[in-house]
Amino acid sequence: MKYLCLVYAEEASLHSLPDSPEDDECQAYADSLAESGRMLGAEPLESVSSAVTVRVRDGKTSVTDGPFAETKEQLTGFYLVDARDLNEAIRIAEGIPPARVGSIEVRPVRELQTEKPR
Amino acid sequence: MQISRHIEALYRDESRRVLATLIRLLGDFDLAEEALQDAFTAAVTQWPKEGIPDNPRAWLVSAGRFKAIDRLRRRARFDASLEELALRFEQATEMPDLDLSVEDDRLRLIFTCCHPALSEQARVALTLREVCDLTTEEIASAFLTPTPTVAQRIVRAKAKIRDAGIPYRVPEKSELAERLDSVLQVIYLVFNEGYFPSSGDAPTRADLSGEALRLGRLLLSLLPEPEVAGLLALMLLTEARRAARTDDAGDPVLLDDQDRALWDRSLIAEGESLVERALRSRRFGPYSLQAAIAAVHAEAARPEDTDWEQIVGLYDVLLRAAPSPVIALNRAVAVAMRDGPEAGLTLIDGLLAGGGLDGYYLARAARADLCRRAGRIEEARAAYRAALAMCQQGAQRAFLEKRLAALDVESRAP
Repeated sequence: MKYLCLVYAEEASLHSLPDSPEDDECQAYADSLAESGRMLGAEPLESVSSAVTVRVRDGKTSVTDGPFAETKEQLTGFYLVDARDLNEAIRIAEGIPPARVGSIEVRPVRELQTEKPR
Repeated sequence: MQISRHIEALYRDESRRVLATLIRLLGDFDLAEEALQDAFTAAVTQWPKEGIPDNPRAWLVSAGRFKAIDRLRRRARFDASLEELALRFEQATEMPDLDLSVEDDRLRLIFTCCHPALSEQARVALTLREVCDLTTEEIASAFLTPTPTVAQRIVRAKAKIRDAGIPYRVPEKSELAERLDSVLQVIYLVFNEGYFPSSGDAPTRADLSGEALRLGRLLLSLLPEPEVAGLLALMLLTEARRAARTDDAGDPVLLDDQDRALWDRSLIAEGESLVERALRSRRFGPYSLQAAIAAVHAEAARPEDTDWEQIVGLYDVLLRAAPSPVIALNRAVAVAMRDGPEAGLTLIDGLLAGGGLDGYYLARAARADLCRRAGRIEEARAAYRAALAMCQQGAQRAFLEKRLAALDVESRAP
């Protein structure tokens, strides 16, 4: 079985609570999972303010700022892609078939700010 | 003395071109802005001694680039990762062919500032700041927004360009139409805020419309697409009516009541030739069609000479190209002019029932005017009151009040 674990947190306080995780801790956990052979892929994301939403209706692509999935829409899958820049990421997103009926949120992956080089 | 005046003129004419190229070379808006200031500071101290260089723009780009490397070096003492960046800029020694690429850089800057991944407000603020060189204070006062709010929008927009990987390039052919829409939308928004302010008491703000016209001309010179010509034509034909659009007291005057002798004929002529150019291309869109409608109005010496048949026909095409309740409303008003107020009222009441015009005061005002012309005075009064309840803008409110008061005179007349 494959499982996708989704990380939900309040962005505003994620890095400032007494028990907030440090990037080094996240990196160490990811490394240990990778060593155990159980990790297929994991990435932290940039702030939600860097998000764009892509929809395709009647063959026309619309790009809007922000994560604007409708509240009745649920997460139904994900793609982790490597694109040259946001324009290419948007072109990939508009090709994802559910873009025609739902919406694809595009979020840049963040680099962990670790002390040790990876 | 003369050199300093020369540098001032150069800043006015060339600083946006130099900035656009520096952003490409340095890949960072803030670094490029600092480099631009450094380059001009260097010019002020060096040129009086060494003379004006043969190619001042190339000199400024080169100076800015080296100053940016210096800045990165100084910062690298605190952040080692910047050393690598400084080294990379330094090693990229071959200077790009400036005169060939510089116009592309301005276009890159426009497309990046107007990227649809940025909010509309952010696009407007960033474009006015980076492309038009308005200060944050000027943008804030033009949009009646607190300066810190505008400053925040610009900072966040730059952060998003960096973090989300918004590229600094002109879109490829396959994505050009959609991206161009986003640019045209920003320019038209700036123009409209200058022509029909959404708040405040001034009836028009010529400064913002002027910026939008400058942007439109710049974009057309860089990218001669039909819809760019269409938008510029639309703005010119609208701008041509500015002097007639308000009376001596500063209150708005309806198109029918305007003194057409006050219309600016040279702006109209320029607008008309651009409309023709756009329509001939057969690749025109909503802006060209709206410009064509404005051109039909401009051709009529008196309101009663207006070719409403042609205007309704253009609205039919426009409604198919860009369906929207507001365009349908304008079409209904044109139909009323051609076929009489009752015909227009039937259409407007259908649109209002559809719900797409909820909260749009101009729909109520249009209904009020058609009721008045149809002799349905009580209904007209109710519709003006409904319009007033939705309208916040000082000059527009005063106008509606005046129309409402005029109804009493009309209903008392024999």
